[in-house]
Amino acid sequence: MQTCRAQGLIRRTSAAAWLLLTSHILIAQGTTPSTLAPASTPAHQIFDLSIFVLTITGGIFLIVGGLLTIALYRFRARKTDPADEPAQIYGSTQIELAWTVIPILIVVVLFLTTARIIFAIQDAPKPKSALDVTVIGHQFWWEFRYPKYGVVSANELHIPASSDAAPEATFLKLSSADVNHSFWIPQLAGKTDLIANHVNTMWLDPQKPGLYLGQCAQFCGSQHAMMLLRVYVDTPEQFDAWMRNQQQPAHQDAAVEAGRKVFERQACMNCHTVSGTAATGRFGPDLTHLMSRATLASGAMDNTPANLRQWIKSPDTFKRGALMPAMQLTDEQLDQVTAYLETLK
Amino acid sequence: MSDYPLPVTHVIDPSTSASERDTFLERFHGWVVTVDHKRLGILYILYSTFFLLVGGAEALAIRIQLAYPHLNFLSAQVYNRLFTMHGTTMVFLVGMPFLFGFANYVVPLQIGARDMAFPRLNAFSFWMTAFGGFLLYYSFLGGAGLYGVGNAPDVGWFAYAPLTSRAFSPGHATDYWALALIVSGFGTLGTAINIAATIISMRCKGMTLMRMPLFTWLFLIVSMLTLVTITPLTAAQFMLLIDRYLGGHFFDTQAGGSSLIWIHFFWIFGHPEVYVLVLPAFAIANEVIPVFCRKAIFGYSAMVTASVAIMFVSLSVWAHHMFTVGMTSVSNAFFTLSTMLVGVPTGIKIFNWIATLWGGRIRFTTPMLFCIGFLFQFLIAGLTGIMLSVAPWDWQLHNSYFVIAHFHYVLVGAIVFCIFAGIYYWYPKATGRLMSETLGKWHFWLFVIGFHITFDTMHFLGLLGMPRSIYTYQPDRGWNSLNLVVSVGGLIQGIAVLIFAYNFFISYRRGKVAGDDPWDAWTLEWTTSSPPPVYNFEEDPEVHSRRPLWDLKHPDDPDWEYES
Amino acid sequence: MSSGLVSHPARSIEWHLPSKRRVGMTALIVGESAIFTIFVVAYVFYMGKSPSGPTPAQVLEVPILATICLLSSSITIWRAEKAIEDDRMGSFSVWLGATISLAVVFLANTALEWNRLIYQDGLTVSTNLFGTTFYSLVGLHATHVVVGLFLLTSVFIFSLFGWLDSRQSERFGAIALYWHFVDAVWIVVFTVVYLIGR
Repeated sequence: MQTCRAQGLIRRTSAAAWLLLTSHILIAQGTTPSTLAPASTPAHQIFDLSIFVLTITGGIFLIVGGLLTIALYRFRARKTDPADEPAQIYGSTQIELAWTVIPILIVVVLFLTTARIIFAIQDAPKPKSALDVTVIGHQFWWEFRYPKYGVVSANELHIPASSDAAPEATFLKLSSADVNHSFWIPQLAGKTDLIANHVNTMWLDPQKPGLYLGQCAQFCGSQHAMMLLRVYVDTPEQFDAWMRNQQQPAHQDAAVEAGRKVFERQACMNCHTVSGTAATGRFGPDLTHLMSRATLASGAMDNTPANLRQWIKSPDTFKRGALMPAMQLTDEQLDQVTAYLETLK
Repeated sequence: MSDYPLPVTHVIDPSTSASERDTFLERFHGWVVTVDHKRLGILYILYSTFFLLVGGAEALAIRIQLAYPHLNFLSAQVYNRLFTMHGTTMVFLVGMPFLFGFANYVVPLQIGARDMAFPRLNAFSFWMTAFGGFLLYYSFLGGAGLYGVGNAPDVGWFAYAPLTSRAFSPGHATDYWALALIVSGFGTLGTAINIAATIISMRCKGMTLMRMPLFTWLFLIVSMLTLVTITPLTAAQFMLLIDRYLGGHFFDTQAGGSSLIWIHFFWIFGHPEVYVLVLPAFAIANEVIPVFCRKAIFGYSAMVTASVAIMFVSLSVWAHHMFTVGMTSVSNAFFTLSTMLVGVPTGIKIFNWIATLWGGRIRFTTPMLFCIGFLFQFLIAGLTGIMLSVAPWDWQLHNSYFVIAHFHYVLVGAIVFCIFAGIYYWYPKATGRLMSETLGKWHFWLFVIGFHITFDTMHFLGLLGMPRSIYTYQPDRGWNSLNLVVSVGGLIQGIAVLIFAYNFFISYRRGKVAGDDPWDAWTLEWTTSSPPPVYNFEEDPEVHSRRPLWDLKHPDDPDWEYES
Repeated sequence: MSSGLVSHPARSIEWHLPSKRRVGMTALIVGESAIFTIFVVAYVFYMGKSPSGPTPAQVLEVPILATICLLSSSITIWRAEKAIEDDRMGSFSVWLGATISLAVVFLANTALEWNRLIYQDGLTVSTNLFGTTFYSLVGLHATHVVVGLFLLTSVFIFSLFGWLDSRQSERFGAIALYWHFVDAVWIVVFTVVYLIGR
């Protein structure tokens, strides 16, 4: 009857509608962390492979789905049918063999294409000039270390762009200080997990400078959703400038001496490092160049003085479940310590 | 009268006077102490239907929270508890009990037996499963109390270590999760043993293994698979409790323990578990599709072989859930291959169903509509599964909404659709009345439309980089309108399920009287009355083919002349 | 409608199916084997990985006597099975009693071993990875021995009261199957923990 033909039609129309509806979204936003807009070799290789796989599976869908639709239409019960049962067909060994062998062949093709990319990405040899970054996951922030430069940063990763003329790959070592996390910047590479006691590696070589977004992709506790990632792909000049700044110890400014004292005496230094000062805590993010970051609390809010002050006053305002306690500071102490932190450029 | 599995008053023996019928308490007691497989089957199904509504409510709460970015409908803590409970509920308190309920009711009838092999173990298993569920939900009442959603587990249904260790999950939420599932796991183990023993040892005369209905064959396979599926989870949960209570170090990364070993153990359970869930859906489809296209299933032996192959191969694919944990390239390649290979017998089954439809006379009753939905949706689910098996692509798609879309396509699009088909199909046998076809069609169309609005869209969210398990998302990521669309589809599905629940309960009193064989079907359960007497069959049946009732109805053209 | 009409005229067939008790017990054994496999895998995975504390070589003594007792109990229970099948109930009680005694010696040995490990060598579940995996695996096995012992003792008491005869031989066969399983697991545990792991 009409019902199944209608069903087949509905499926086809909705497929077309979705494609139309979503295509503009897929191409649109510059800040969308889309897997369909690769900007680095691993992401490109994955994207190309995915198109190949999609073509094959799409073809299978059209053929099998088409046969199903035809069957439902052609063999629907009609009032004009004879009263007895249709011919009972119990099976056919040849047909069974055919539709066993053909899928196995498809699997072989898919597998070999896939295996090639697995090895190309995972076992890519590391060039001597590669930049090393160590990423350590915490509940709910990212620690970044650049061992060759002696730099420790947090939450916003800066890496140099790579070009054919000057290839510059970044190799990441990933681990965790607590529970499992996962590093995912869809435009740059597939995700890799951060697991305690277990060092993982991955690499990127983004070609276009810009800001790339991502976030933690393995449920890690209450504020997993706000463990966001920002990767700044800098031109070589920008990267050098950034690195040189990061290598400096913290700015000293006598005007905010009161704030620095609050910082050191109110237990902030137990968790945070400000290099060149007495603060050497490792539990929380390194704050030496806090003002060089665009956001606070791993992307939870913009880095403005008001937000910073409110964060210190009560982290629960922005990220309830973050492990930074409310320090119970007076308004005067809050003003002073915020002013101090605002000098850490 | 207490002989009958349901207190049917109008259909059978209307002469019973009110004073002769048992009191309410006596009837209630009869249900509580029953060891009759039919009553236990119905209890399982009522239990799962209840938790389907609860789990669905949890899903709707989740979708309301995610309809807009930075909504404050649910706090982070509440959201994390709800998504954990939604997953745990749907797998353990809805999926498994529904399917074991079907097995309990139908298998003894299909093999011509009087009951299951171990009726008391059957009852024990049901009550263990039920108690496990109640223990899990009791967690809502603990801790800070109901408003903060108590002490419900909040570590994800997969409960990765070391998030579940004492250090990172103080309080009892994780303990509720582990204990409730250990308890219900014993129930599951008991039922699996029972089904296997029943099918192997209690078939009626003439019913060789290759003459069993495919429904029964698949449950034999499911019960054997369950034996080695649920037990690794039980073992891992014992280890977790040893860590949490006795100071053990199984998953204690500070003492040299490993998070990875939990992940391996969990998925060694977790992957075969989804086959434990989906094979019964195939079982139901194998009964409904032939009857409503008036043809025997095409390729019975191939279907058996493919199902056995799935059972074995499914034990070797678990690490495709772990492509991102840092296994070697060789391991990743192996699991890609094994996962693609398990798609082959699965595909063969789809081809055989299409071949069954081919040349038939298809009647679009409600159970058949749900099976047709199943066929399309399972095809798509299988294909997105192939996409996910491609390890490099999985490095992008893992833990994103693409995966959620894929597994809901299987769990809802295939399994729940088949469960609905099975209920509409066997409800007349169990109650003596047909469910309303009109309400059934409303249920079907609303549900299938809502399903596609939600889960088709979800695939795109995953491709656009949205991860799972997040209580909210940033407004500048391009996910806003898609999330709203997903949520709207959820509401439509909710309405459809409410229509189903209404139909389910109202048809018990007002449905059309069904008779023994309302669908003109061919397996043994349709030879008894509806509902069957407590002893099932007056005489032990003797069969000579796969479709004993077809032989009876077509003495000139019986199956046993054609079956090899 | 009754089912008698389903029969095809004339042909009545020989129809033998496996015993449901054997099948049920075998299924249980398959499930239990999976649980033990997971604990053995954890033990093997963590071999040599404890960052501190006593090592197996330092504190474990190979329990030869206990192993001989447990494995012999498979032979005695087999004799008991034969006895009940032939309705020789006196012999049955003797062999069953022997099985129980051997099991008790095994458990006593485990208890003494654990007493020594805990109080003299300072090895507990929380000491290190070896402690955790050792007590879990051996303890899981010992629990299964205790359950078996409970079953065997119950049957022994029934036999002393004269309530059993050859009609219960199939039921007892299922229990004996369980007991053989417990012994087989011990062979694996013994090999992994006391031979390979040391």
